Amino acid sequence: MADHRKIGDVLLNVEGISLSFGGVKALNNISFDVREGEVRAIIGPNGAGKSSMLNCINGFYHPQEGQITFKGETRKQMQTHKAAAQGIARTFQNIALFKGMSTLDNIMTGRNLKMKQNFIMQALYFGPARREEMEHRKVVEDVIDFLEIESIRKTPVGRLPYGLQKRVELGRALAAEPDLLLLDEPMAGMNHEEKEDMCRYILDVNDQFGTTIVLIEHDMSVVMDISDRVVVLDYGKMLADGVPDEVRANQDVIDAYLGVTHE
Amino acid sequence: MAVGAASLGGLDTFPKLLLENARIRGGRPASREKDLGIWQTWTWADVAGEVRAFALGLKSIGVERGDTVCVCGDNRPHLYWAMTAVQAVGGIPVPVYQDSVADEMHYIYEHAEAKYAVVENQEQVDKLLEIKGRLPKLSKIVYRYPRGMLHYDQDFLDSYADVQVLGRQYDQQHPDFFEKSVNQGIGTDTCTMLYTSGTTGRPKGVILSFSNMIDTAQNNIDLEKLTDHDEILAYLPMAWIGDNIFSIAQSYVSGYCVSCPENSDTVLDDLREIGPSYFFAPPRIFENILTTAMIRIEDAASIKQWMFRYFMDVAKRVGLDILDRKPVSFTDRLLYGLGNILVYAPLKNVFGLSKIHLAYTGGVAIGPDIFIFYRSLGINLKQIYASTEASVFITIQRDGEVNPDTSGKPAIGVDVRIEDDGEVMFNGPGVFQSYFKNEEATHKTKTDDGWVHTGDAGYFDENGDLRIIDRSKDVGKLTDGAMFAPNFIENKLKFFPHIKEAVTFGDQRDHVTAFINIDLESVGNWAERKNIAYSGYTDLAGQPEVYKLIKECVEQVNRDLAEDSNLSSSQIHRFLILHKELDADDGELTRTRKVRRNIVSEKYGELIEALFSDKTVCPVEAVVTFEDGRTDTIKADVVISDAKTLSPASSAIAAE
Repeated sequence: MADHRKIGDVLLNVEGISLSFGGVKALNNISFDVREGEVRAIIGPNGAGKSSMLNCINGFYHPQEGQITFKGETRKQMQTHKAAAQGIARTFQNIALFKGMSTLDNIMTGRNLKMKQNFIMQALYFGPARREEMEHRKVVEDVIDFLEIESIRKTPVGRLPYGLQKRVELGRALAAEPDLLLLDEPMAGMNHEEKEDMCRYILDVNDQFGTTIVLIEHDMSVVMDISDRVVVLDYGKMLADGVPDEVRANQDVIDAYLGVTHE
Repeated sequence: MAVGAASLGGLDTFPKLLLENARIRGGRPASREKDLGIWQTWTWADVAGEVRAFALGLKSIGVERGDTVCVCGDNRPHLYWAMTAVQAVGGIPVPVYQDSVADEMHYIYEHAEAKYAVVENQEQVDKLLEIKGRLPKLSKIVYRYPRGMLHYDQDFLDSYADVQVLGRQYDQQHPDFFEKSVNQGIGTDTCTMLYTSGTTGRPKGVILSFSNMIDTAQNNIDLEKLTDHDEILAYLPMAWIGDNIFSIAQSYVSGYCVSCPENSDTVLDDLREIGPSYFFAPPRIFENILTTAMIRIEDAASIKQWMFRYFMDVAKRVGLDILDRKPVSFTDRLLYGLGNILVYAPLKNVFGLSKIHLAYTGGVAIGPDIFIFYRSLGINLKQIYASTEASVFITIQRDGEVNPDTSGKPAIGVDVRIEDDGEVMFNGPGVFQSYFKNEEATHKTKTDDGWVHTGDAGYFDENGDLRIIDRSKDVGKLTDGAMFAPNFIENKLKFFPHIKEAVTFGDQRDHVTAFINIDLESVGNWAERKNIAYSGYTDLAGQPEVYKLIKECVEQVNRDLAEDSNLSSSQIHRFLILHKELDADDGELTRTRKVRRNIVSEKYGELIEALFSDKTVCPVEAVVTFEDGRTDTIKADVVISDAKTLSPASSAIAAE
């Protein structure tokens, strides 16, 4: 089917980011941009600095050099809560859900920032707090419907298989109705079928809600299929940036992934 | 016997019944569906409005009297309404199994000459788009849920809501068209056409008239005293005759409410929330519910386990008699009452069966243990013998006269007779009109005076209850001349919770052998408790411990068979556990999950030969088809195991 999406202006611009932990340079002068409405992938072998890059974008790490511009606002360091309030949501490489809580409650936490009532009112569940809860519940139910997880609505997430937990985590990020969604290895450890499902949800999110997506992925074939543009990192350095076909043909990328194969 | 339509005073079609229901019980609930986690209810008046809008919408997109309209999707109120809407404008709705692969759909759409399709969602639309090029007659596709279809701009696609908008406009311009169109319909018109899955050959389109459906529904309502206060959960395929009777015909005739589950994975939760009073389930559902409960009991505290065992023994001893209103001693009554408070009622509540006053099962034989388990809890579970060609009911077990081994007495208005060769035949108000475009098959199945061949062999016992032995055409002979009834043996095997499916071979052979499919959930749970690691079905099926487990089941069956002098030759000498589950997508089962014997024996010829040789291992490759039509191969070495057999009518063990 033809691509009907509109790729807009630059939403996020990363310029000259460098990050080191002691003597280890995790990121070295990285620059790229993300346009509104696109699926942008960051790939690279283990230890390439992919997760560090995401952590810089949502303000969890503070890079020593460089600046990040999001929605026209430039800052040297993002703050996690500001990033969230500005419309950035993310999922984690190692699932970070509340294991003892139900799927529904976990996704509900994604609405937390948007709740205005104080916790006493919420505890009393009275008047405006009750109305608010109902509005938020509606959004959450839409997410549940979208991700087709009705059957596990009330199941504690600790009891769910890994692939479903990943889906719940995506649900929590979606519940925040983000403009920019950061996905850290959404398909790691999944079997073929689960990967296909996840790809479909990512594309649907992008297509139906127009959400801009930055995803990190290990699996080259998946990335090449679903992303519009790809950044390749290796040992904290940027190897390539371009559309999948360009990247695939890039000799540096081939070498980094497969080792130097030419004899 | 009273025949329904006459007593309904001219209300001889579903659209007429709908208008009547809207008039006399307009405020009572008619349909329910869980949407975004909340049950939504439509009253009869609401439904009449929705159907009217959709019917006129269909009219304005071009549906004419006599057109066939295929309906496909999970159980959704809107799809049920679509069927009535099609009937209201004189069309013929043809429900199609929602999990059919594109090729199967193509056959039905082409054979039924469908001009329109009303489908549930993107998945179904995609399947149709794939085959639309080969269906020149198909002119419009209406879909219920627009999700994921933002960019589908083909002009033959319309959303359900848009069609209803057109319908409301049409209604303003032609305010009396709907009533006129409804009144044009009569009882002898075709109500629906159902494609039988067919264990052999291509599906056949069974034409049923409104009178077939309404009279059958009415007779059963009279027998079981169903009212508009009953509740039912519609979760079995809409293309299956049972759903058409239970969720449509009987609801329209008696006015009860039909609830649709949120989706196919939530059925058991929805069952608990709705608490139906009338329920149909094939044996495998009752087995699943029981298995889930037993697994949980195993994990419960020991005092609870003790309580469960003690009171289940009480129930087993006196529960059936209490349900059948037979005399029971005062102490036992007291114990049963206590058990009800402590165990039975909470258990039924967990199953969602607290309010049940009538439950049916049928299709295949149900294990006597399972059957008795439910009945002893006070759930009035009864077996029926049913067929699409009969509009469901041929025989029904009667209250107070339930014998687990029989299918009961002929339904009201239905005559059953046994032919000289043992074949069961029936005649009655529900007998189908004909097979669509298949004169030859119609003549083969239905005599000129309306008697229908069932193809099943059976007999009436001393109480006048029908006992079905097997499909007549499946009954064969071993080389020593003894009768071989494969279904009978397979059912015995399937009564074990660990065995999901079984196929036996023996016709024109020296002895009997079997293919087994293990039940992944049940055996998987067993393996977990035994600390046996496995990666999936194929791996688990090949484990030596699993073979040992299944061997015990097979040998138990052999012991049972040895006691019956007619069947002692049918003991299973060798068996194997198949490396993949038999699946409808691979054509091995019908959509109603009956084994297609000829296809299985064709596909696994090597394995069958290996069973009748002395090999102990046989390498195989099998092709599996995914729902989207792609295929993949599974390779495995299948182990073949011997089973102990006993010499007839003695306990001496014959050496294998």
